[in-house]
Amino acid sequence: MTTTTTSEVISLRGITKAFPGVVANDDISLDIVSGQVHCLLGENGAGKSTLISILAGMQQPDSGTVSIGGQPVDISSPKVAVDLGIGVVHQHSTLVPAFTVLENLMLGDSGVMRDTKRATQRLGELAELLGVEIDPHALTSDLGLGQQQQVEIAKAMWKGSRLLVLDEPTSMLTPQAIEHLGESIARVKAQGLAVVLITHKLREAYAMGDCVTVLRGGRNVGHIGVDELASYSEEQAQDAILAAMFGDDLAAAGSDAVDLAGAGEAQRETAALDLSSRPVRLQLSGVTSRGPGHDVETEDVTLTVRAGEILGIAGIDGHGQQALSEVVAGQRPAASGTVVFDGEDITRTGVRSRQQLGVRYVTDDRLHEGTVGSMSVALNLVIKRIGQAPFWKSGRIQSKAVDIEADRLIAEYGIRTPSPATRAGTLSGGNIQKILLARELTGGAKLVVVNKPTYGLDLKTVHLVRELLIDFAADGGSVLLLSTDLDELIELSHRIEVISRGRLVGGVTNDGPGTAEKVGHYMTGAIEGTD
Amino acid sequence: MDTRTSSAQRILQGFVRSVVPVLLALIVSALIMLAIGASPTEFFAGVWKYGVTGDNWQRSLVLMAPLVIVAVGLIVAFRGQLWNLGYNGQYLLGAVVASGLGPVLFGVMPAALATLIVFVVAVLAGAVWSLVPAILKARYGTNEIITSLVMSFIAVGVVNLLIKGVFKDPATTTPQTVVIPDDQLLPYIPGTEIHIGFVIAIVLAVVAQFVLSRTSFGLRVDIFGASPKAARHVGLNSTWMVILLFALSSGLIAFAGSIDILGQFSYQRADWDPRYGDAVMPLVFLARFRPIASLPFVAFYAVLATGGTLAAQQAGVNVDFLLVIVGLILLFMTITEYIGERRRLGQSYLPAGLRRTVTSLVRPSRPGRVSAFAPLAAPVDPADPADPGPTDPAATERTRA
Repeated sequence: MTTTTTSEVISLRGITKAFPGVVANDDISLDIVSGQVHCLLGENGAGKSTLISILAGMQQPDSGTVSIGGQPVDISSPKVAVDLGIGVVHQHSTLVPAFTVLENLMLGDSGVMRDTKRATQRLGELAELLGVEIDPHALTSDLGLGQQQQVEIAKAMWKGSRLLVLDEPTSMLTPQAIEHLGESIARVKAQGLAVVLITHKLREAYAMGDCVTVLRGGRNVGHIGVDELASYSEEQAQDAILAAMFGDDLAAAGSDAVDLAGAGEAQRETAALDLSSRPVRLQLSGVTSRGPGHDVETEDVTLTVRAGEILGIAGIDGHGQQALSEVVAGQRPAASGTVVFDGEDITRTGVRSRQQLGVRYVTDDRLHEGTVGSMSVALNLVIKRIGQAPFWKSGRIQSKAVDIEADRLIAEYGIRTPSPATRAGTLSGGNIQKILLARELTGGAKLVVVNKPTYGLDLKTVHLVRELLIDFAADGGSVLLLSTDLDELIELSHRIEVISRGRLVGGVTNDGPGTAEKVGHYMTGAIEGTD
Repeated sequence: MDTRTSSAQRILQGFVRSVVPVLLALIVSALIMLAIGASPTEFFAGVWKYGVTGDNWQRSLVLMAPLVIVAVGLIVAFRGQLWNLGYNGQYLLGAVVASGLGPVLFGVMPAALATLIVFVVAVLAGAVWSLVPAILKARYGTNEIITSLVMSFIAVGVVNLLIKGVFKDPATTTPQTVVIPDDQLLPYIPGTEIHIGFVIAIVLAVVAQFVLSRTSFGLRVDIFGASPKAARHVGLNSTWMVILLFALSSGLIAFAGSIDILGQFSYQRADWDPRYGDAVMPLVFLARFRPIASLPFVAFYAVLATGGTLAAQQAGVNVDFLLVIVGLILLFMTITEYIGERRRLGQSYLPAGLRRTVTSLVRPSRPGRVSAFAPLAAPVDPADPADPGPTDPAATERTRA
């Protein structure tokens, strides 16, 4: 750990940060050296985000110190962080869509008058440094996600940077955009900046990182130094990181751990299915949706899901997945086209009737759409059956019936909650997802639309959720699986369709190696080709 | 067992969070009175004397009737996170239906039937008036605070026009409506001078409490209020929800206006506006949008308002001082809420910046362990802690600029 280079070091010592009920960071110490890419690995909830928000000045540690080049610094606000040259690219876009690139970059400028000339010049320098071309006057909403991310990086380095933090930068990018990003990171590194790269994919850590630190349960559980990592083969590095990530759980998680950590190539885990023999469960013909907001709508989507089939929908986030799931669930009207379920035209049927027919929807916004956080777990479990017997009789709630149902589902799905009366919002993301699945997969479910079902969950729950979906399909249920995680789609789906800008641009039968490349080909062709 | 304790704690906490702001407001208002040379003891004694003792408690209860109905009306909208601030106009619309239409109807039909028609028309008038903000909100997402407020101003103007125009009593010179004779007003509760509007108000509060907390409709309102996205997800029609809640809220408030005219005032003057909603609004927040819980707060305010008018004169402060007390309640409610929320989250009561200043005053020197690690890093010019070093071209750029 004793780095003896002459380059500058940002040292974190004994960083501890506790939130009620959880110690997010427990005595974490690490050194970030300029001119190196430092990978932070760990599953969700390991404390990566907390550590980053401490570096970004958004949280203050309960104890511990941060020092830059030996000088202790008090990063008391995001402004201080920026002044110290710490730039953070957050996982989700922080750009204002209605502003131009230049306006977004100038948001943090402190002068009274806007100095457009200087800003344009600065953007030019940064674009050259990153090796990208950015049109200063393009609206950010018109840019592709890869380009938006380049703007985010430029924004993070706007005031001059000594440390660039990238929080899961690849999670929404196509393989090609990831390659671009890797090149930009290499150039930034060559300029002598320190880079912290947060990821949960081992492959990326090995490909892009100079050294690796693994966090688990808020603790620093493993560090692979520069020389060590360079001397390892990819396989050795994987083993070392996996051992640190899972600790004693490694044996229990077994080969799944390798898949879950994104180390190996994904393979289909669902049983093969003779599709032509199965009855058609859901048929969309030329469906164009019409929603209330400015979302990407589905355009002329035609697809078929058969009984027992898992149909995957691949695509970059925000390319009409939400519109597609909502138009099937009945939350969004179809402007044209028909939705046929089990031979019945349900294009004009509302959410509640579809729910009773067996059409279910596990939304990706579990906190604000899928559950009502201020209400009890029990109520959330029956929330889609409001007014129905036996939970309501002549409009009055029957608490006993609700509690019995809640206890049953809590036991069956292993929802960890202090009691059925606990407010759903206080549970962890994994348990909230279990509430959604318990509600949507039971009580006569025939087709379930799942949007990003494992996003942001810890690895054990990820595994459980995938098992539940596989079992549901094995019992004859149909699944429309929308995901941005290609590995997940390949593990679960029988067929994969690719969505781009609301249109289905190609389909692949998932029957052997090479599926990822084919899907990637459609994604790249559709997205990068039009940029 | 476990949940019962926590719910008991929650009730206790709700009680503390509701009563503490009122107490603090009373204490601070006493200090203000001292500062401006008035006597707080005389004022509070006066409030008690003119608001409760003798037969004065009956006057307080009469005032409670419209206040409770307005409170229920506000709660219905607020539970759905719809901020209906058009209450003043809605109240006056209901009132003018009673004072304008009432005398005509009482002349041609039995009092009971006329009263019923007045009530129905008043509720409808309020509901129809709320359609504009409701439809704008439901269809175009327009901020209902602005639209309902503006509709309220228009309503106040329309009501004044009506009183000065078609509803004006030709027998008087002042612009006011015909006085409804006593025998056609709402009957008193036997043995008192409290009209039955008070009973209606209490019944409404109980029914609203039941509907909101025990029925599927109440749950739908709460889901809609908690998250419109979740409401859409479970298949609620948000357009109808907005229109229905607004109509209910506005109709109830208009009903309060009509009951006030038929129960107490018997006629209406132009430019008269009691602005009950202004006083009731903080109270329903204190009651956490629970109709039954709002009753004690409304009773408290009714006594304060009934006794306060005379008491203020005696104590040597303006009548408007009552609104100062209401304002202080709002202020302390916000502070209590902030502190309570931080306590719930286990955070310090002080904002982060202030806390650092305070702790640095208490413990001025930093712990020694920092320097122990300092040798790890390359030495840097101590005069400039932000010195980016020669390897950082971006930062050099900043210094040049």
